[in-house]
Amino acid sequence: MSSSTINKPDTGNKRSDKSAKKMHSDRVKAERRLGWYLAGPAFIVMLLVTLYPILQAVFESLFAFRLTAPDEREFIWFANYITILSDEVWWRDLLVTLLITVVTVAVELVLGFALALVMSKALKSLRGILRTAILVPYGIITVVSAYAWFYAFDINSGYVNAWFDWVPGIDSDLNWFAQTGTSLFVIMASEIWKTTPFISLLLLAGLAQVPDELTEAAKVDGATWWEQMRKVVIPNMKAAIMVAVLFRALDAFRIFDNVFIMTNGENNTEVLSLLAYRTSISRLEIGLGSAVSVLLFICVILISFAAIKIFKVDLAGTRGEK
Amino acid sequence: MGLPGNRRKKRLAKGRTYAGACATLLAGTMAMTGCGPADGGVETLTWYINPDAGGQAAIAAKCTEEAGGAYRIETSLLPTDAAAQREQLARRLAAGDDSMDIMSIDPPFIPELAEPGFLAPVPDDVAQATTENTLDGALAGATWKDELVTVPFWANTQILWYRKSVAEAAGLDMSQPVTWDQLMEAATEQEKLLGVQGSPAESMTVWINALIESAGGQILENPEAPADELQLGLTSEAGVEAARIIGTIGDEGLGGPGLPTSTENTSLTLFQGNEGSFMVNYPFVWPATLSGVEAGTLEQSVIDDIGWALYPQVYEGEDTAPPLGGINLGVGANSQNPELAYEAIECIVQPENQTEYFITNGNPPSNSEAYEDPAIEEQFPMAETIRDSLELAAPRPQTPFYNEISTGLQQEWSPPNEVDPDVTPEESQEFITAVLRGEKLL
Repeated sequence: MSSSTINKPDTGNKRSDKSAKKMHSDRVKAERRLGWYLAGPAFIVMLLVTLYPILQAVFESLFAFRLTAPDEREFIWFANYITILSDEVWWRDLLVTLLITVVTVAVELVLGFALALVMSKALKSLRGILRTAILVPYGIITVVSAYAWFYAFDINSGYVNAWFDWVPGIDSDLNWFAQTGTSLFVIMASEIWKTTPFISLLLLAGLAQVPDELTEAAKVDGATWWEQMRKVVIPNMKAAIMVAVLFRALDAFRIFDNVFIMTNGENNTEVLSLLAYRTSISRLEIGLGSAVSVLLFICVILISFAAIKIFKVDLAGTRGEK
Repeated sequence: MGLPGNRRKKRLAKGRTYAGACATLLAGTMAMTGCGPADGGVETLTWYINPDAGGQAAIAAKCTEEAGGAYRIETSLLPTDAAAQREQLARRLAAGDDSMDIMSIDPPFIPELAEPGFLAPVPDDVAQATTENTLDGALAGATWKDELVTVPFWANTQILWYRKSVAEAAGLDMSQPVTWDQLMEAATEQEKLLGVQGSPAESMTVWINALIESAGGQILENPEAPADELQLGLTSEAGVEAARIIGTIGDEGLGGPGLPTSTENTSLTLFQGNEGSFMVNYPFVWPATLSGVEAGTLEQSVIDDIGWALYPQVYEGEDTAPPLGGINLGVGANSQNPELAYEAIECIVQPENQTEYFITNGNPPSNSEAYEDPAIEEQFPMAETIRDSLELAAPRPQTPFYNEISTGLQQEWSPPNEVDPDVTPEESQEFITAVLRGEKLL
């Protein structure tokens, strides 16, 4: 008996839950429909301009085909993939690409967070100027910034050697682009300088989502600044951080301009995008180059998949739906 | 449900504006691509030119005028880098672009474009008329499988530039041929730097080829063979000797700290400085130095101290084989006006045009007759040396797979301080052979 009396309100709750769910799903349905109306045309255009080249690349990758020898085109199944995956150049380039991705994203995350904090805490009167100043590097075309960094470090025209000759290891004879380590340092520094503003903007949006009451409560409870950050602010902006990391990691993995301009892949600084470019465009080996591109595409998909499934990046979370 | 009158009118008007804009855009695009006769029936020929100081555009204007309405030459600029020029030409030709009427092509890339039939055949009468007094080196660079496939326009070569004070202090008689070993010794003794190009770029292949050819060898033994049958000559005695010279210059720091990234321009800057001694480089060095003095960035004493001679020998007493460059003119197989294009080429390569181009742009003629103009001697006191150098010059490997060989060499033979005569020739030979067989990535 007693159980039935207890159960009663329960059933009532379930019913109201159901109707709430129904209402909710109606609202969501309508929202989704609107979403498709708004994004649908762009989505179709995107499919047309991306899906077709992707499918063509997959098709071409099964051929031995050189643009300047069209008559010798031959279907070779997956031989191009075997050639690539059994070549140390592919693995070396993958390693360099991963190194650049990990280092740049990690440094950008720390710097970007610091900049986001500065932007959010700055005096109202300074906020506008500060945000503009921080965003300037992001507004510069990558090729232009790559040339600027190249000429700054170049042994013939650069000023870095002269300005920083007090730093151990730097003197007028240091040729930054003649060794792997120093070349990668300049490439990564340029990349970090250029894209930290992007990550700081995403993090600033995340910071704005952390309710002030939480930090104030933590303050009242006697939490230090570091404790507030570690236990209140960062956990509450996890979604924003993960989205920033995912976007930047995918971007950094496809790095091309900086390497192309500064070293053109010399001294073991070649990255996967450059390998794809050099094989397809310079060597005109359309088959082999398409296979490199397809493998690069698979790598990018794997990174996205790992981020979303393993690290549970929730793209909807940043919209405040959860 | 129709639209209310006003709105419909507005929408129609808007539609007309869009249509008008599209038509204007289309017309603009057509005018830019130069399709079809323009200017009241005058055929337009597009000449894809490599960047220069405006000389090719001037010749195009002159020939258009001389044609008297038969054709009009429009120039279209290719990228600065030789490799990028090749990429653009090859892609356009492979895609069947019919605007490729006249193309300025770097000689090493000619076989790659000639082999698949991307170039229109040179008519016999044009071949005869345009190659009558062509220097041997330039002619060799214009042929593929013993057939003239392009018309030589201008020919470039590297000569040895030296600082008279350094040569004198070293006791070298520069009226006689000098060897690389003598130059290295002089630079070491006087703590000076040699101007060579060690950057992993086309200039590196140019250097390696000149050294191997000067030592009596060849990078490629059978240039006309298919990719998987090509035989490289890098491990020959000549190849090993070339590696010894490059390795010594790199190892002993004779090229300075900038050697691994030095190009023709940076080695010129080095040569003009206090540490300059000897440099192998193209004739552009002369007008560039003169303009430096005129602009006040260089002392007159620098130019007074500069001398020139033939490219250094590898073995004493054995003829040197200086690098060969330049530009030849080709016609695309899909050009709509191949006859007119060849007519225009005949006009472009006239000896007087080549002379004028040399004087104004510093690019030496491929026609020996063009050197006879006294104005050349006045402007380029080293013209005689350039002409002699062009007679001795050896082209780079002429094969449709030149890009693979050149890029492979650049990767394996740089930086110069890591070039080891016991290892580098063999390793690079194995690597390039594997790339050509499709077994390795480049």
